[in-house]
Amino acid sequence: MITVYHYMAVSAILFSLGTFGVLTRKNAIVIFMCIELMLNSVNLTFIALSRHLGSMDGQVFVFFIMTVAAAEAAVGLALMISFYRNRESIDVDDINLLKW
Amino acid sequence: MELLELLFFYLVAFVAVLSGVLVVSCKSPVHSALALVNTFFCLAVFYVMLSAPFMAAIQVMVYAGAIMVLILFVIMLLNLGADAHRKYTHGVVWGAICGILTLLVTGFFVKRGSITGMQGDVTTELIQGFGHTELIGKALFTDFLLPFEITSILLLVAIVGAVILAKKEV
Repeated sequence: MITVYHYMAVSAILFSLGTFGVLTRKNAIVIFMCIELMLNSVNLTFIALSRHLGSMDGQVFVFFIMTVAAAEAAVGLALMISFYRNRESIDVDDINLLKW
Repeated sequence: MELLELLFFYLVAFVAVLSGVLVVSCKSPVHSALALVNTFFCLAVFYVMLSAPFMAAIQVMVYAGAIMVLILFVIMLLNLGADAHRKYTHGVVWGAICGILTLLVTGFFVKRGSITGMQGDVTTELIQGFGHTELIGKALFTDFLLPFEITSILLLVAIVGAVILAKKEV
């Protein structure tokens, strides 16, 4: 029998993988994809718990998270394009203009 | 039957986690993106198993379709190949420590935490009889009408922001 804990365990593993990727990769687009991975693992938790509790609210939240992720993708990728125009790279180590 | 379902769950979970590892570890961003699409499909399978077919369809269309196409377009527009000479990671040790700590904390909550919250009345029979999309729509246009309207403003702002940021001369 698949319980809600199975889904939450998978979600926890995916979330930690996303954290690791965000902290260790240098390519800004790959960091972006790792953030998407984290968002998706949270979505899985939301849907599993919403089904477990027999309520629709969690799934509506997933709907909103997807909207926010789409908006984030549009704005984030535009930022990367504009950064690439200035520095010819999207390595996060080169984004150091505000570094003290 | 239930054993088979569990085996299928483990198979999909394995593929999802393996693709997640590939997203993090592949040197070329294009490979990472393709592995991420694979993860999204596995999550869509999970949503179907949780009897949330509308969410699975949205997952495939919005994530694996729209967002990943956008990301792949940008990767190819910027012509980012795997550069053989440059390092592609930094701070692996600290990143690994933070990742393992996150896994421990989330694992602790999954194992020890108890699920609280309001128990609703949505059952699998209701979803199959009334329809999942209808249930989502009902919740979205009654209880969550204001957030839904605010979402449209968010999307408008995102469109304007993306156009202004990606313009040639700011």
